Amino acid sequence: MRSILFVLTALSVMGLAFWAYRENYATQAKITEIDALRSEIAQLTESLGVLKAEWAYLNRPDRLRDLVAINFARLPLLPMQSDQFAAVDQVDYPPEVVVPESLPNAMPARGPVTDPVETSAALAGAKVDAAAGADQE
Amino acid sequence: MIRVPLRPLARILGARQKGENPDAIERENLAIRHEQMREKARGRAETRLLVMGLLFFSAFGVIGAQMGLLAASEPTEPHSGTAGAAILAQRADITDRDGHILATNLVTHSLYAQPQQMIDPRHSAEELMKIFPDLNRERLVRDLTGTRKFLWIKRKISPEQMQQVHDIGDPGLLFGPREMRIYPNGALASHILGGAGFGREGVHSAEVIGTAGVERAFDGWLRDPANGGKPLELSIDLAVQAAMEEVLAGGMKLMNAKGATSILMDVHTGEILAMASLPDFDPNTRPAPVPSRDPSDSPLFNRAVQGVYELGSTFKIFAVAQAIELGLVNPGTVIQTKSPLVWGRFRIKDFHNYGDHLSVTEIIVKSSNIGTARIALMIGAERQKAFLASLGLTEPTPVELAEAPTGRPIVPSRWPEITAMTVSYGHGLSASPLHLAAAYSTMVNGGYKVTPTILKADHVPRGPQIISEKTSAIIRSLMRQVVARGTASFGDVPGYLVGGKTGSADKVNPAGGYYKDKVMGTFASAFPMNDPKYVLVTSLDEASENSGSEPRRTAGWTTVPVGAEIIRRIAPLLGLRPQVGPSADAALTLVRN
Repeated sequence: MRSILFVLTALSVMGLAFWAYRENYATQAKITEIDALRSEIAQLTESLGVLKAEWAYLNRPDRLRDLVAINFARLPLLPMQSDQFAAVDQVDYPPEVVVPESLPNAMPARGPVTDPVETSAALAGAKVDAAAGADQE
Repeated sequence: MIRVPLRPLARILGARQKGENPDAIERENLAIRHEQMREKARGRAETRLLVMGLLFFSAFGVIGAQMGLLAASEPTEPHSGTAGAAILAQRADITDRDGHILATNLVTHSLYAQPQQMIDPRHSAEELMKIFPDLNRERLVRDLTGTRKFLWIKRKISPEQMQQVHDIGDPGLLFGPREMRIYPNGALASHILGGAGFGREGVHSAEVIGTAGVERAFDGWLRDPANGGKPLELSIDLAVQAAMEEVLAGGMKLMNAKGATSILMDVHTGEILAMASLPDFDPNTRPAPVPSRDPSDSPLFNRAVQGVYELGSTFKIFAVAQAIELGLVNPGTVIQTKSPLVWGRFRIKDFHNYGDHLSVTEIIVKSSNIGTARIALMIGAERQKAFLASLGLTEPTPVELAEAPTGRPIVPSRWPEITAMTVSYGHGLSASPLHLAAAYSTMVNGGYKVTPTILKADHVPRGPQIISEKTSAIIRSLMRQVVARGTASFGDVPGYLVGGKTGSADKVNPAGGYYKDKVMGTFASAFPMNDPKYVLVTSLDEASENSGSEPRRTAGWTTVPVGAEIIRRIAPLLGLRPQVGPSADAALTLVRN
């Protein structure tokens, strides 16, 4: 009975030693990985700072003013004036299209538009397909 | 264990035969046994002591060794620290109120040389001269070939220059990382930002320290790593600041002024939304201060904060406000304005003769010195002094700029009645435009004191009440009338109900007396006047408007049009809707009853 206890103890000590050895190496590997990530983060933060500085530099009011002057022919931009303010009811919205109740299938049923760019591209593609089909006929 | 018998039979029998007492044998054996037991016990105790001693020795040894290790080892950052805000050893950014960057850092390199390690110093010097033509050739050759072991060649170099230096290929030319402060907007808001330079320098890093403006005032905060990279948010609005500087520069040129300044302040919080002082400078290449007789000649001089001038008739509002507050007059009270007013050996005159009598309203609208002087006499010197002090006009502004303490108002040491009279129309007491902006905020915001600040403030505690809400309403009406039909008629901006007061003060001649042809023209305005949100103080130094037959120097001709143009440009940027129709003006006339 006693000798079994001794053997078990010895085995568990060996098992724990093996486990501790493995954990030690795993920890060291993680620390190396963290260090690499940290330095990468530091590098990225630094380049982010450079990009932010560059963005601020490219958007400085002096430069924007010059760009507005250069491109005046294309986009006649002028400083904002007080008469550009208006009440909401003064804005000309396009007239609302009323879909008649009697023609429920006049407009094809569509789901909500989640990505306008893709949807319009898909519409254009559908149109081209329809045109191609018409040509074949 | 075999015990030795106490009475061994053989010896007992022998003893009996010899006639000896066998008890003696027993006693002897007992003594021997006791001796052995004692020996054993002592041995065990000694072993225990030894073990305990060893235990304590090793315990203390471990502690001592650890202490020695801690004392002797180099401090290092915890290697595998747990999660937490990373310490950012970088100077914090400065942003405007919307988060646009006003100042940030860029990592560049510095170039230094260790001449001992250089292969061909002469050739390297020649090559360096090609890259940096501004270096001194003789000095560089002398330094590189001499006995020096270390020298800085350039504090900041660009990546291209660094590559060119790399291409020289001399092992004695070395680079150190350098953090450099850049101001992407150039000269914009230069006086607010100030500038930064290098403090203590090492090969691997250098301290960046602020030299002026907020960079200096918040140097400790900006360098504090505990902020975790949080930017310093100023109350400045970049777009408004840019528009203001553009208009002000144009106005300064058009009005032939040698300097100009303008401040836009929120009347309720005291936040400075824009503050310009011209001429200005680029904080990226901050010029060295030039010693000169007149500090205001330097572009580094912040006229808005440091420039203390006699601000002229803009002070009349304070005299009238106090008299109304004390119940001495009301807007309709008629005051004698017979010109000139002789007081002892002094004569006070008006710009024109406005007749013998004027109502208080007309005194402000026409800007009568005599009328205001008489009101000041009614108030008395002591009360006037206390009132101006409560508006903060006798102490430097508490704004968070390194230059603020130098903008100390020049207050007369004695305050006899004649001083009270001149101070009431803005002569004899010099203050900065920022003082004026803060005091005007109090005049129009409902009468409570505001503290000018350059920091974005979410919630500002309301200051003490200086004048009552009712007096403030009367002052608003008076200021509106000055613009609608008085000296500042060029200041009207349709839709924004501008109100204000002009001030044209002859500049003080350092040699004594006043200059005849040098005027500091000031326009202190607020808008929209039915519910003021902003105060704009504009000041032109030595302006003259030369379109007529003779130069016109009064603020109504020079500063007011510039101030109005600034309001026209910035009010839409501030998101203020113009008010159309007569309704707002009608509401104003009501408060006069």
